[in-house]
Amino acid sequence: MDSAIPYQRQSQKINTKKKNSFFQEIRKNHLLYLLTLPGILLIFVFAYLPIFGIVIAFQDFRPIEGVFGSPFVGFENFRFFFESTEIYRVVFNTVYLNLLFILCVMVVSVSIAIAFSEINSKKFKVFMQTIVTLPHFLSWTVVAMIVSIFLPYQGGMVNQILNMFGNESITFYNEAKYWPFFLVVIKIWHAAGFGSIVYLATISGINPEIFESASIDGASRWRKIWHITLPMLKPTIILLMLLALGGIFYGDFGMIYAIVGPNALLYPTTDVIDTYVYRALMELGNMSMSSAVGLFQSFVGFILVLTVNQITRKYSPDSALY
Amino acid sequence: MNIKESAGDRLLLIIMYVAITVFAIACLLPFVTVLSSSLSTETAIMTYGFKVFPKEFSLEAFRLLLQDETIYRSYGVTIFITVVGTTLAMLVTCAMAYPLSLRSLKYRNYITFYVFFTMLFHGGLVTSYILITKYLGMTDTIWVLIIPSLLNPFNMFLMRNFFKSIDESLAESAKIDGANDIYIMFRIMIPVSLPAMAAISLFYAIAFWNKWFEAMLYIRNENLFPLQYLIKRILDSADFSRQLAQDITLAEYATPTLTTRMAATIVTIGPIIFLYPFLQKYFVKGLLIGSVKG
Repeated sequence: MDSAIPYQRQSQKINTKKKNSFFQEIRKNHLLYLLTLPGILLIFVFAYLPIFGIVIAFQDFRPIEGVFGSPFVGFENFRFFFESTEIYRVVFNTVYLNLLFILCVMVVSVSIAIAFSEINSKKFKVFMQTIVTLPHFLSWTVVAMIVSIFLPYQGGMVNQILNMFGNESITFYNEAKYWPFFLVVIKIWHAAGFGSIVYLATISGINPEIFESASIDGASRWRKIWHITLPMLKPTIILLMLLALGGIFYGDFGMIYAIVGPNALLYPTTDVIDTYVYRALMELGNMSMSSAVGLFQSFVGFILVLTVNQITRKYSPDSALY
Repeated sequence: MNIKESAGDRLLLIIMYVAITVFAIACLLPFVTVLSSSLSTETAIMTYGFKVFPKEFSLEAFRLLLQDETIYRSYGVTIFITVVGTTLAMLVTCAMAYPLSLRSLKYRNYITFYVFFTMLFHGGLVTSYILITKYLGMTDTIWVLIIPSLLNPFNMFLMRNFFKSIDESLAESAKIDGANDIYIMFRIMIPVSLPAMAAISLFYAIAFWNKWFEAMLYIRNENLFPLQYLIKRILDSADFSRQLAQDITLAEYATPTLTTRMAATIVTIGPIIFLYPFLQKYFVKGLLIGSVKG
């Protein structure tokens, strides 16, 4: 290590003598830049080319003529979308469902984390943590299978329970009004246990002396949770909420499409921007219109992330995205 | 602490134990029901509905499922994309994360922004679809499930943050000994980053294992369906169970639609359930790497 110091000084001296031109930097670190090349190419092809491809939102895109041959039509595709009544429904559903998901998952995650933090038995804790985080690692198609046990009219577990209490069975797959509730329950089942890990980590980072001195002052368990744990969690909660709010314009396509699928009866409450775009693309084959919707979503989503980040930067500079 | 717990405190603690146990049971119950339904006869489910415990025990669904080659093919596809995808993704991710973690790399901020911007703004589904089907011709190849997902910016930044947290003098002293950057990355940085490597490999592996959306968009050839998409196909139509039971011509034979669905689900989630308890600690670790501010 001692020998490294004079060498470093020496090389710094040489560096400052040289002109820091682009080519010298590339030559000096050519292997490092070479390493980043596969990633740069992948991102260029699969992230930037689709961004440039957005021009088709302003075209009457014809697959045979391609991106370069299709005629431009200005904002025609957007007009078509904004004049339809469906836009208000899908935008509302996207934002409404996301708000429900964010709030409910947050409340349950924080509650689980607090309960875990109070429990002393380490074995119980590890065992239960393994169970409650497990659902997060299942794909939505598997979750859809599981839902198919609970919701059918005949033999579904939910209807069995309804019957047990003397209620009539309900054809849930025809009744849109129940679905926001079901989706929230499914989301909590899938995400809340895993979400609690971050909160639990924050709680275990709290200085134990604070709890001890509160105990000495005679504070009850409840008061300690209310006056120490929750206030200490507040920054983490707000930060994660803000980050989630940045994505509020993106529906959870995987979840909703896997579980609801092409069931038009449920669209009134479950159709989100992403499923709408997918349908417009695959069923109607209207590429220009669906990419116009996609651009509208990306644009609003982008503005939202920037706004949220500005707020985060003010509130807690350390946790801002950039 | 020698302070005696009050009755209220103890009650609250009991409530917490109960609450966690209830939530854990709620998490586990669907799995148990799937398992018991897969081990039940088709007629029992049709008569009594889905139950937490099987009413009439039968291995018929598994027998039918496992004698058909479809499930093995899908397993092969899923294992292939998981193993190959995770390996390649880790190579690409580390190869980008390591240079970006070095303060001596002059243009690292430009590259970082280039990657970061794609997290903020997306081209959307339609243009990706046109690109992949029309211009790249990747339809109906297994690579469409692998190549577009090889670099997840979020995972890359996690890895970069971990590399940043390693003492720089480690790489510097190797450089003085004449090692080049690629050697340093593979022989020094990666070996000291094994916990983070494990966590991020698992994130990638789970993402590849659970892939179905890309298959739905780009794959028509049934031989290339990954497990998760096969599950979706099985759920959406009864064709699969009819195919399984096509040789059986008994009178009053109920085509085992519901039970084979559940058996296929069990076969799909089996590896995750068995491996998960051993891997859980790495996931937790990986999640907490993210809290190291880079």
